[in-house]
Amino acid sequence: MNRRTLVLAAPVVLVLLWLVLYPNLFVLGDSFSEGGRFSLQHYRRFWTSRSEIGALWASVWISAASVVLSALLGVPLAFLFARYQFPGRRLLGALAAMPVLLPPLVGTISFLFLYGESGFFTRGVQLLLGLESPPWRLAGPGAILLVHAYTMYVYFYLFVAAGLSRLDAGYAEAATALGAGRWLTLRRITLPMLAPALGGAALLVFMTSMASFSAPYVFGGGFRVLSTQIYASKLNGEGGLVAVEAVVLAVASLLFLILLQRYEGARSYTGASKGLGPAPRSAVSRGWMLALGAGAAIAFLLLPHLTVLLVSFVPEGSWTTEFFPPVYSLESYRSLVSSPDRLVPVLNSLRMATVATLANIVFAFAAGYLLARRRFWGRGAVNALVVLPWALPGTVLAIALASTFAVHQPWAGQFVLIGSFAILPLAYFIRNIPLVTRAVLASFQQLDPAVEEAAASLGASRVNTLWRVVLPLVLPGLAAGALLAFVTALGEFVASILLYTHRTR
Amino acid sequence: MLRLDALSRRFGDTVAVSELSLEAEPGQILSLLGPSGCGKTTTLRMVAGFETPSSGRVWLDGRDVTRLGAQQRGMGMVFQNYALFPHLDVWENVAFGLLARGEARRDAAPRVERVLELVELPGYGKRRVQELSGGQQQRVALARALAPEPPVLLLDEPLSNLDAALRERTRTELRALLKRLGMTAIFVTHDQEEAFALSDRVALLHQGHLQQVGTPEALYTAPANPFVASFLGRANFLLATLDPAGSSHARLAGGAVWPVRTATDAPMQPGSAATVMVRPEALRLLPPGSELAPADLQGCLVDRRFAGAMSFYRVQVGDRELLVQGGPADAAPGDAVWVRPREGAVILVFPGDAS
Repeated sequence: MNRRTLVLAAPVVLVLLWLVLYPNLFVLGDSFSEGGRFSLQHYRRFWTSRSEIGALWASVWISAASVVLSALLGVPLAFLFARYQFPGRRLLGALAAMPVLLPPLVGTISFLFLYGESGFFTRGVQLLLGLESPPWRLAGPGAILLVHAYTMYVYFYLFVAAGLSRLDAGYAEAATALGAGRWLTLRRITLPMLAPALGGAALLVFMTSMASFSAPYVFGGGFRVLSTQIYASKLNGEGGLVAVEAVVLAVASLLFLILLQRYEGARSYTGASKGLGPAPRSAVSRGWMLALGAGAAIAFLLLPHLTVLLVSFVPEGSWTTEFFPPVYSLESYRSLVSSPDRLVPVLNSLRMATVATLANIVFAFAAGYLLARRRFWGRGAVNALVVLPWALPGTVLAIALASTFAVHQPWAGQFVLIGSFAILPLAYFIRNIPLVTRAVLASFQQLDPAVEEAAASLGASRVNTLWRVVLPLVLPGLAAGALLAFVTALGEFVASILLYTHRTR
Repeated sequence: MLRLDALSRRFGDTVAVSELSLEAEPGQILSLLGPSGCGKTTTLRMVAGFETPSSGRVWLDGRDVTRLGAQQRGMGMVFQNYALFPHLDVWENVAFGLLARGEARRDAAPRVERVLELVELPGYGKRRVQELSGGQQQRVALARALAPEPPVLLLDEPLSNLDAALRERTRTELRALLKRLGMTAIFVTHDQEEAFALSDRVALLHQGHLQQVGTPEALYTAPANPFVASFLGRANFLLATLDPAGSSHARLAGGAVWPVRTATDAPMQPGSAATVMVRPEALRLLPPGSELAPADLQGCLVDRRFAGAMSFYRVQVGDRELLVQGGPADAAPGDAVWVRPREGAVILVFPGDAS
């Protein structure tokens, strides 16, 4: 490793070790110790407790069911938009990917307004059937699944749509030429070739569901999954048990991540030729019908989010029994801006997200350059550490930070940050390391190293090359990553609730 | 003047370039030619300053530049895929080197215009580089490298991304331009024809070792070893025994005796085993009924390939197959035929079984 690489690698590795690896090891250590000594007591408690095992099992089956439901929504939608041509196809196709951009908490709240006991949809059904009481309560596993399917179908939709557009039309044409009908071609050719996309989406949904906190927190009630169980144990002050739960959740997530990579490695059909996806079939006679169907589907899928927007214009207390709110005004927005009590949390969110995102930009630029351009010993480990915060559920990360930064032991790299302004931006920063770094890394990888060499051969200094050539060229990737990180940081709920103190809300 | 002195580059256990010594005279175009993996690109990158030699020195005008970075060497470079800055327009690309060394934009402007005229792209300054055709991008890359008036121009397979017709025209224009500017240039290519058409001298590399350096004619007519002979053009190899009386004749396996020249400095023992190298154009097929001579070699015609101005014949002689250029048009596969060296043909011998 030459000196320049070392100078660049040292701070990157230090940040990763201290902020990513160390806190997680800390939790691992906590789970194995009692009163400062090695002990399996917490694990024993976990495995013998009905409620703990119940929560683990609930996490697993909720996640599996979320995969099935998301696939049922996302895959047909992908086929519809990738294979058929109809008016408004592009706009509706883009809208279908929207829910992935919204913070989970907003998505969850929106369901309350729509399908909750006094939600639009519930009232509609109640009015229609003339019932005395709401036809259902939005609670328990069913509600959680509904929210999951609604928000996570996007993974299937995006993966399968991308897979379909890459799929060489030649394969399907070859099958047709051999006399296969449409169903046979779909079953024997198209779907098996989409296996990587389907597998990738399935495991992503699984992992997201395992990590999901907002939906189980809001709708779970007595029904606990692992992530809400962690929160409950934390409130009860059972530190050792919390650590065990976090470890179990982390191990489950990492297992599925490894599975995901194995699966992607084992099956890849890139196609022998540089073929193109089939042109979308033009259904001239049915075009408007398809457009109408697709529009209705998208409207249905985006309904929860539209509801939040609508409700935000309703003055507090003015909407009681009517189907539609009787009054609309900007009062909620006005009070948000005018009363400090409500404005401060918003400003706090913005401020913390900004600080975290700026830190992410600086780190990602250094780490992205290092990973893309330098060969050094331990590069694979750095790469793995960069991805780790994404593989671990937010709950685990928050627990790790809470236990690492609750005591003051500077020589052990521990400082009291709980209760200070720094802890939430720090959590957001760590959480978004993978997102921003991968975005920058991708830009660097697309950037031909010869371009930097060209600048050097023309006499440009390193700083000059960085400023005038490299930065402008990776800026789009950096900006996209940073924007997503900012939005995610604004909407981060689980870290905030677990690390929450009165001063930083 | 650019001089490479025993330049080596190792990557782990593999030796990419081994003890390479070369000189490029001022105003000369020198080609680094060789199959892929021969070390030619690594050599060019060591000259440019992108790659640090494991040992050896690079001298530029009497100055040791081995430890200098690319930005201090100031050699102009044209990259294989041009590496134009995609976010800058043509003008900004060409002016980049001038601005990098602190020139004011208005001082750089006339020079940029002049270089753009030189590559026949006047008035293209405001174009985006993505809008240009491959040939135009290649010329912008050339203009960008020429603008700061570098002491040496390095070209890494600059024509390989152009289609065949354009490539042929571009190399003629490129040579004319470099000659007009009196530019010292090092040009990397794997294409023998391109190296011959463009350069004053060719350095042929194989597995990191310099095989031979010289004018294209010298390399073709007097290859230093069988690799050089077979890499440049087509070559036939035949086993033979040197004449016991001297080394001016060799007796082939079939009994024919050919006049030969020794190709290497290595001393060859009279009467020792040798390998004869002869090019297809130095042989011809005799018409049926010709009077035979001691140099004639009997064989069996495998096939005839018509190639416009002449025909190529594949002839089985013993366990070897010979490629012969020229002969009777009515020869048919399966015929017994006679092969004769042309008058004054260059036939080389290498020691031992060198094929």
